[in-house]
Amino acid sequence: MPDVTYDGQTVSVNDEGFFTDSAAWTEQMAPQIAKAEGIDHLTGRHWQVIRFMRHEYQAKGTGPTVRVLGKTSGVPVKELYQLFPKGPAKVAAKIAGIPKPRGCI
Amino acid sequence: MSGTIEKVSIIISQGSLEGIYPGLIMANGARAEGIEANVFFTFFGLDAISRKRHEHIKVASVGNPGLHLATIVGGLPGMPGLLTAYMEGKMGKLDIPPIPEFIEMIADTGAGIYGCQASCDLFGLTKDDLIDQVTGIITVGEFYSLAAGGQIIFT
Repeated sequence: MPDVTYDGQTVSVNDEGFFTDSAAWTEQMAPQIAKAEGIDHLTGRHWQVIRFMRHEYQAKGTGPTVRVLGKTSGVPVKELYQLFPKGPAKVAAKIAGIPKPRGCI
Repeated sequence: MSGTIEKVSIIISQGSLEGIYPGLIMANGARAEGIEANVFFTFFGLDAISRKRHEHIKVASVGNPGLHLATIVGGLPGMPGLLTAYMEGKMGKLDIPPIPEFIEMIADTGAGIYGCQASCDLFGLTKDDLIDQVTGIITVGEFYSLAAGGQIIFT
């Protein structure tokens, strides 16, 4: 598994770039991960989704899918795709330092 | 693993519940992965985007060996409705949205929703007969132009 450096700290990620240990993540790392995903600036709305992802992961052991995000994060589906054009649940999970959400809907 | 899929164009050609959902799930899943997606509804698949019919999609209760139900039982009055209600109940528990809501969501993900020109001509449908999320009614040639450079999935 590859190691990458965010905010001066070395963390290990899987082949797709998701953190293997969510505890290694800090908020300071998020802008750098986001930049690598093509998001130059994290707005308050991005952060709302990122914090929600982590909260759900910590509560349930798995990150929410786009459908769940759209229903419960307070950010509707259309806006989620504007914030994270390359896939809201997937990209937000990566920026939030949690595993890629599994789920077909 | 090498190579990525950048774009998919999914054709939905059937009007039964089990004929429509797989294509919708594929389209929604593609967008969730950041893959560009178009959905093209043709023949009875048009029911999924028809204002009159999209809330009344049924499971095929006859001619459907997967149900393991005698044809004569599947043909009883009320059977399609009963089986559909049962299936929708199960899907609801898994938080799979009903077809109208699902298509609305897929449109919100930025996927294109298209009706087939030849099928609309055949059934006498115009854009007014189709739900608001429909991007347009297009010919097969226009579909191929849209699909160019990506994968085509027929369901």
